Amino acid sequence: MKRIAYSLAPPVVAVVFALAATCVVIAISGGSVGAFLSTIFSVPNDRILVNIVNQSSLLAISGFAAAIGFRMGLFNIGVEGQYIVGSCAAAFFGGSGLVPGPLNILATLVVAILAGAAYASIAGVLKVTRGVSEVISAIMLNYIALTMSGYLVQRYGVKAGYTYATNDLPPSSQPLGFAILPGANDVWALTVIAVAVAAGYWFLLARTRFGFDLRTTGASASAALASGIGVKKMVVVSMALSGGVAGLVWMPAYFGSVHRFGVPENFQAGLGFAGLAVALLGRNRVPGIILGAVLFAYLSGQSNELQRDGIAKQVVDITQGIVVLAVVVAYEIVRRRQSRAEREQVSEELAATPAAANEGEAR
Amino acid sequence: MRRLAATTVALATCGLVLSACGTAADDDKAADKVECKPTKIEGDPKVALAYDVGGRGDQSFNDSAYAGLEKAKGEFKVESTEGEANQDEDEAAREERLRGFAEDGYNTIVGVGFAYSESVNKVAPDYPNVAFAVVDGFDPDKTVNCNVAYLTFAENEGSYLVGAAAALTSKTGKIGFVGGVNNALIQKFEAGYEAGAKAADPDVEVTSTYIEQSDPKGFGDPAGGKSAAEGLYSDGADVVFHAAGGSGAGVFDAAVEAKKWAIGVDSDQFKTASAKQRTRILTSMLKRVDVATYDFIKSVVDGKPSSSYTTFALKDDGVGYSTSGNFLSKDTIAKINEYKDSIISGDTKVPEKP
Repeated sequence: MKRIAYSLAPPVVAVVFALAATCVVIAISGGSVGAFLSTIFSVPNDRILVNIVNQSSLLAISGFAAAIGFRMGLFNIGVEGQYIVGSCAAAFFGGSGLVPGPLNILATLVVAILAGAAYASIAGVLKVTRGVSEVISAIMLNYIALTMSGYLVQRYGVKAGYTYATNDLPPSSQPLGFAILPGANDVWALTVIAVAVAAGYWFLLARTRFGFDLRTTGASASAALASGIGVKKMVVVSMALSGGVAGLVWMPAYFGSVHRFGVPENFQAGLGFAGLAVALLGRNRVPGIILGAVLFAYLSGQSNELQRDGIAKQVVDITQGIVVLAVVVAYEIVRRRQSRAEREQVSEELAATPAAANEGEAR
Repeated sequence: MRRLAATTVALATCGLVLSACGTAADDDKAADKVECKPTKIEGDPKVALAYDVGGRGDQSFNDSAYAGLEKAKGEFKVESTEGEANQDEDEAAREERLRGFAEDGYNTIVGVGFAYSESVNKVAPDYPNVAFAVVDGFDPDKTVNCNVAYLTFAENEGSYLVGAAAALTSKTGKIGFVGGVNNALIQKFEAGYEAGAKAADPDVEVTSTYIEQSDPKGFGDPAGGKSAAEGLYSDGADVVFHAAGGSGAGVFDAAVEAKKWAIGVDSDQFKTASAKQRTRILTSMLKRVDVATYDFIKSVVDGKPSSSYTTFALKDDGVGYSTSGNFLSKDTIAKINEYKDSIISGDTKVPEKP
């Protein structure tokens, strides 16, 4: 019971704190706090609800990609670049129609995973062979990914309006979505990828030897090395794994509604960075990441409405940023309090035990 | 056990994927000739402007649209609201913005920027009594939307004139072009600029560079604009024309430091630039987004909302050039106006692609 309270309190406190801080910012800038709160807490209409579900799936996949790195002690800031490369490669492959019909979906997903994994491996290999920090190399690789994909699409893509995009996904390979709410867009068919990734993430970390090795290395690389875990290999493999999942981030949107790739009109950038925040918010735990993704998607989904109350929609970015910051702080406070409580409990028990022993001796 | 689980997952995925793959809509209907009746608007016009990333305050494109709205508000009884895109938002968010406006009773909705083309195309059929417009827009499919106006500009014609101005002003015989993002729209500026320059001086050397290949950041990256322009100036160019939105501020800074000329874009940038920059803005290529926005609102007020493509060209004063710094010599202006007349009369055809 106490444990559940300890793990639930920080995110709740963080969200409340973030909303309060946002209200202060709005009040200072002369906006209406009441309008902000009533809009943020209003029940979203059906269309926004569907958008929230769809966006949650993308953010969750991205969150899991980042979390794999975090559990290993790697800061894979390259999720952004990896999902761009994965999306670009997948869209070229999917649009080419090399594989017919529904089978194209599976094949394209494999391409997305492989491309993301290969791109992430660059940072992994550089780290173990040359000692380059994965953060530095991944940031550079993010820029390269965006520019390179833009170039490739312009060179080998087709014209779409004023910009270029890959060939459209053949209609026979476009899965129908789940028409849950009438009048709204469909929930994308491949939002199920998020569920699969969540299950896979839990299984891998909690139930496999590889997962154990990964967590051990993340906790202490030297201890892992001493107990016979090949740390270098683990770095490369877990980077690739993180990148492989990153490759899937945009796939629900690709198959669900966009059907082609081209920056910026036919793509959604920024999901990789958002995924890092979601993983931080969710403490790398499955329920946490899912809730974090839903929270971010919910805030973004409601933000459109804010503008009609005369509030800049960017305040939602402030809320999201403060939530992440606050949750990190809150968990640290709880951790200290918890360990102090444990220490006190132990010292109380210790104080009680010798007394009993002394009594025994005296008799 | 593990293998079994894997097989089950694989099978389940296959089943799901297969059952999900029924049919998908076929968008490619034949382009029928559709006779459009004017969109019926109920009540007074309520105007909503949906900006792209950047929004108001860019001293260029978006502000120009707002100026058009302000002018309309001064003349007619018009209510208005505005909305702005977030960085990194997806298509559904854009659609939701437009639908939100329509459901709040806004019957005149203007998407500012071609990024709204797809979302307007998707939303417009659901609101037949709302007049939509997309600045710089295009119809992405072959189904005609009778309640959508695409407001496009002959940027190549305006750029032709400033290209001539650049070539006639240049002393080194080298001039430059900085584009924000390398797409077909910005290439129209480049093509016109180069053609105009070559017409004025066949020996002039025109070097073009783009800040970004596809990342829209290229329109909001003054540092990128500055380094692009610095490169051109140090290679000997003494006039640089930018079509890079907010990145243009960096181009002007580079011109100040190199003590060479820059040419502004979209609005008369001499009027909004800093005092230092002003001394270096030779002229600006005007793209009258304000005129287009105003005209569209007026057409709604008049009960005949415009629809389909409307191109604002030199002959409509939809594009042009500015002389507010008085930096262009009399001879140059006379020459430019000759070209202008020649384009309006149709004697000179300006290319759209470089």
